[in-house]
Amino acid sequence: MSIESMLVSKEVVVVTGPGGVGKTSVAAALGASAASRLTGKVLVLTVDPARRLATALGLESFGNVERQVDAKLFAEAGVDPVGELWIAMLDTKASWDDLIVEHAPDKKTEKAILDNALYRNITGRFVQSHDYIAMERLHEIHTSGRYDIVIVDTPPTRSALDFLDAPERMADFFSSRLLRWLIAPARSRLVNAAAKPFTVVADKLLGARFLADIGEFFLLFQTLYDGFVERAESVQRTLADGRTAFVVVTTPEPGPASEARFLLAELKKRNYGIGAVVANRVLPDFFTARGGATAAKNLRKQAADLSASIEPERQSVAEGVLREVADRFDDFRLLAAQGQAVLDELPKGDAPVVTVPYLENEIIDLGGVLELGDQLN
Amino acid sequence: MGDLDGRGDIAAAFESGPLTFEPTKVSDGVFAITMDTEASMREYIKLNLKVPLVGSVGPVAAAFDFLASAAPGVREILTVGKYAHEVRQKNYDIVIVDATASGHVIGHVAAPDALRELVRVGPILDQVSWMNHILHNHATTGMVMVATPEEMPATETIELRDRLENETSLGRAGVVINRVLPELFSAPEEKVFNKFQKHADELVDAAGPSVESVMAGAAFASSLRRSRTQHIERLFNEFAGETVVAVPQLFVRTEGLRVTKLLATALSEELGV
Repeated sequence: MSIESMLVSKEVVVVTGPGGVGKTSVAAALGASAASRLTGKVLVLTVDPARRLATALGLESFGNVERQVDAKLFAEAGVDPVGELWIAMLDTKASWDDLIVEHAPDKKTEKAILDNALYRNITGRFVQSHDYIAMERLHEIHTSGRYDIVIVDTPPTRSALDFLDAPERMADFFSSRLLRWLIAPARSRLVNAAAKPFTVVADKLLGARFLADIGEFFLLFQTLYDGFVERAESVQRTLADGRTAFVVVTTPEPGPASEARFLLAELKKRNYGIGAVVANRVLPDFFTARGGATAAKNLRKQAADLSASIEPERQSVAEGVLREVADRFDDFRLLAAQGQAVLDELPKGDAPVVTVPYLENEIIDLGGVLELGDQLN
Repeated sequence: MGDLDGRGDIAAAFESGPLTFEPTKVSDGVFAITMDTEASMREYIKLNLKVPLVGSVGPVAAAFDFLASAAPGVREILTVGKYAHEVRQKNYDIVIVDATASGHVIGHVAAPDALRELVRVGPILDQVSWMNHILHNHATTGMVMVATPEEMPATETIELRDRLENETSLGRAGVVINRVLPELFSAPEEKVFNKFQKHADELVDAAGPSVESVMAGAAFASSLRRSRTQHIERLFNEFAGETVVAVPQLFVRTEGLRVTKLLATALSEELGV
């Protein structure tokens, strides 16, 4: 499947991979590419708490509210898009608040949850709450039908797996009998015999007071459990069905490529469809061109003669330049060859490996993002 | 040394074979572990809860695991707390933690603070108090931020500094700008290089047709280095008065112990130690 056919046929594309390989740029490029070539609305949603997407698109930071990329920015890049490009990043706290307002059974419960100190801390700070709410947000956006395709930019590998597993963990958590035991003291102060070992550990670990606070919080939250479990299962189904494709991004370096291999294996284990493996920042072909090493050696050898002939007035500077040219070529040739070997070790057959050359200019605006998009297609 | 997410990068850097939660000597005077929250939990239970651990801790582990999910920050405390514990016990002269990516690390280091706000009494509060005592003492603990000289990593490093200041009491120990490409030419040398490019035929006659690739490679390397300069300057400016070191890109065949040693030498030279 080519990148273009993936963008035509999928509803959710999850871009994932190790840290620092250009995932956000690739996600933005897939979105910009889809919007410029295909009709319909494209959303690029970044769930990584780092604010990379705004930087990639050359925009000021933006927030939880989905925002359309101005057609003026496309015009500046010389592109007349067929579709619309929208972007949003996940604001954990705002998304949790929206969720509570949407699903609380009544105003009183809503207020009690929003004012709860535990709730405020959970939603504002903790990584797990971020992972889960990211999935909730994806679920809400996808089921709303507001977009033809949603491209999700995820945090680095291990965190991405936490994010993918968050719905299942949440479903397990809310259906656990331990949760019933946890809230039982808050409800009745009666603890059954089977729950005793649990309450002993809980008490020793957290202390009676904190435990009671947690129990009260989850008692309050109880009205929302069913919805949580239902949506968690739904998003899990969406990730595993044919409407979703995963794009694994790596660079041709041993460390990131090994992470990418790990990620590909984990995705396969979860029966997720892999749309493409993107090898980003591949050094240009001329570093691995046949005869390059010999030419560099000859250049070093002929440096004095060439300098005397072409730049006689500054011969010693010129000799130094030619030697530097040859030395640097050898340095980069080594990296390029090493990169090729790394790419050769990526598993074949799971999905096409798309290589994207190292762009000399950094991606700091929509023009750069579109250029990367062209390289992907 | 240890990590926060069990990625195994430290094992690769020292070619030590797989690491576990038990310290392994990976080099002279260097011991490493990899984070395993279940093992950390066992250790925590053993040290703090005085629950007898005969054989499997199955039901206790399940209860603990559940509580770590239910109670905010408990999981983070288990990882950060492990390293703080090693410092507290004075088991090592220095404890180096390979932390999570910039977007996630605040959640870890701010966990004790967050818990402190939630818990007024009880065992957790005692744990949090000594952890914060270690984490917030700038003479004891500091964060080293590592960035490559590119737009996004530089921006994220500056944002991380701001979040560190606004959301935590953790101090900073320095910034490492990694993979700095060599400067190919000075301005006069660049002019000479441009002149050589205009004499392509003579170069081909002297060095063979593939010399065009060699020249294209140098032009690429030079332009790549130039695009990075502004980010190096930006980081030096943003962290003026602090320890900022630039470490060169290493052009070596493989990763592993040899690279780790080369990097250590480069760092030592930059730091003058």
